[in-house]
Amino acid sequence: MKIQLFVPCFVDQLFPQTAFNMISILEKLDCEVVYNPQQTCCGQPAFNAGHWNESKIVAQKFLDDFDPENYIVTPSGSCTGFVRNHYHKLLSGKIPPKDLGVKNPLLRNIFEFSEFLVQKLDYTKIKASMDGVGTYHDSCGALRECGIKSAPRKLLENVEGLKIVETEDSEVCCGFGGTFAIKYEPISTAMTEQKVHNAVEKGADYIISTDLSCLMQMDGYIKKHNYKIKTIHIVDVLSRGLNPKYSSNSGYCVS
Amino acid sequence: MRTIQGKFHRESQSKAEDLEHRRMMNHALNQSEIAFQNGKQQFQNLDKAKEDAQSVKEKATIHLDRYLLEFEDRFTKNGGKVIWARDGKEALEAVWKICAEKKAKKIVKSKSMVTEEIHLNAFLQKKDIEVIETDLGEYIQQLSEEPPYHIVAPSIHKSKEEVAQLFHEKLGVRPHLGPEELTMVARRQLRTEFQEADIGITGVNFLLSDIGGVAITENEGNARMVTAFPNTHIAITGIEKVLPSAKDLELFWPLLATHGSGQKVTVYNSIFTGPKHRNETDGPEDMYVILLDNGRTNILSDPEMRESLHCIRCGACLNVCPVYKNIGGHTYNTVYGGPIGSVITPHLSGMKEYGHLSHASSLCGACTEVCPVKINLHELLLKNRRKSVEQKNTFRLEKFSWYIWKRSMLSRRMLNTANGNTKERMFRYLFKKSWGENRAIPTFPKKSFNEQWKERNSKIEK
Repeated sequence: MKIQLFVPCFVDQLFPQTAFNMISILEKLDCEVVYNPQQTCCGQPAFNAGHWNESKIVAQKFLDDFDPENYIVTPSGSCTGFVRNHYHKLLSGKIPPKDLGVKNPLLRNIFEFSEFLVQKLDYTKIKASMDGVGTYHDSCGALRECGIKSAPRKLLENVEGLKIVETEDSEVCCGFGGTFAIKYEPISTAMTEQKVHNAVEKGADYIISTDLSCLMQMDGYIKKHNYKIKTIHIVDVLSRGLNPKYSSNSGYCVS
Repeated sequence: MRTIQGKFHRESQSKAEDLEHRRMMNHALNQSEIAFQNGKQQFQNLDKAKEDAQSVKEKATIHLDRYLLEFEDRFTKNGGKVIWARDGKEALEAVWKICAEKKAKKIVKSKSMVTEEIHLNAFLQKKDIEVIETDLGEYIQQLSEEPPYHIVAPSIHKSKEEVAQLFHEKLGVRPHLGPEELTMVARRQLRTEFQEADIGITGVNFLLSDIGGVAITENEGNARMVTAFPNTHIAITGIEKVLPSAKDLELFWPLLATHGSGQKVTVYNSIFTGPKHRNETDGPEDMYVILLDNGRTNILSDPEMRESLHCIRCGACLNVCPVYKNIGGHTYNTVYGGPIGSVITPHLSGMKEYGHLSHASSLCGACTEVCPVKINLHELLLKNRRKSVEQKNTFRLEKFSWYIWKRSMLSRRMLNTANGNTKERMFRYLFKKSWGENRAIPTFPKKSFNEQWKERNSKIEK
């Protein structure tokens, strides 16, 4: 199975190891992973800030960089949701709105990593192991834009040694929200603070999610306040215990 | 910072950092969440119910002109009087005219956000008319001289101890009364007011076009008192509150109740189709309905924003909004707070003045998920952001930043020029202040994925 890897801009810049780990996992599951080194970003940051003209040009580049007839897999529910739910507004004529029932290969073929694994591959073949207690944070992009809820939990259940606990606010936003995190830092931080506290209270060692933007936000708070809890991307959890050709160690932790 | 936006910045910070406020709000809104989760069990298929409600409201909004005229026609035939008000001023003048005609000295009111919107109480008090709020939450807010904190639960931010203290100070009752005793105090106090009032003013939950009726839903029975005792009843409503038919209530009453308070239906549900008829013993001699535009037709004329008129003011989007939870109702400095307020206020009161509210959201979408009429609230916030940019409300520096962003995202070479250290320094330089004291600055690796991938691949090729 051929898979085009989409590495979102901030993953590219801040968390390269997660992208490498993703290649390892997909290759372990017998996928052929291709990466177009021209790719940059889906265009979401400018779109969310209201600058649609700038966003549109970058979204057009995204269309040029990927082949819609093949799977595109990305370690981000947020970027996946953006392409699925908002591209038709930006690129009218090129992408039909999804609710019209018009078939469009791009909308059919772009997947967030965890949903792709559960829907399209035999994920039980991944024999990852990680000791400790983890809690899964539903990123708003994955949960509400893509409807992803059970897939990452299934994947995590399958990790040896990892105990998963649910917090009551697993579906509550971490407070990042792109420019919101900068424009309204006090509100953004107050939201993060509660997420972190609730995870700590549940006895979790790790906060796990599909989206590194959420994890970066929570990790910033954790580091500043010297908490022991760590944030880790689901890809980096699943790559633990693998013997991948791209990983220099047994996995990569954001913290 | 100047203006309304500056005030919002300051107050949102102080509320977000106020741990007692956080505790109170989390407690109160968790209670609503539990109630909602229980209440929604009455729907076999909630999503289907919401879809139906959405399509009814869509129909009502698209044909608003027809349904409003139909309402007027039938309500007038029943002996009621309809007054059309283009803005708050016209609505206030209409109320004042009725007051003068009836030589009114005292008015009792049931809960109404529209009267908050036109600042009715302040207006009437200036005219030396006593106005008494009779919804317990609104009564508490009136005693403490504050606007409502929440569109459904006006005094949600007050503890029972605070209310006891307030009643002690303002009404001279013993301190430290419990909730039941406090309610009894209010009940006794209000009973006399109902009997003495010349006019009763209510809001409207739904205007029923096919029967020319006004539907009002409540839990305390006070709206029934307000409409039964005084000789005159004035109902004030935004023009968007229309439903095509009284039959639509079988869907809308339970939806509103469940999303507003977690109930199956609220305790008292009344339909008023006009004043007392000759052969009837109860009810007011005169009944007026004031239909208020006040900017709503701006929204109606914009196909992108139109769906925000579907709102039935249940308050569910406030209950689930993490921003509302953290900053509270007054910080918005608007009549309607929370997500729906941030969506509509720029169109009712000015994008320049209130556009910042559309940015005060992490776009988490919890509001959209819960909305009983499926308004895409977080997408409307996005549209507001775009409209604000189109109306050139953006600072030059921000505009420039997005230009640089665009250039970088179009060029892989530009993205790969600086190393991790430089990028981190740049991040610190640009965002140190806005990133704040509570989060560590992210660490940039020496090389991006793209660069590392190219290096590894060139090695493999060699």
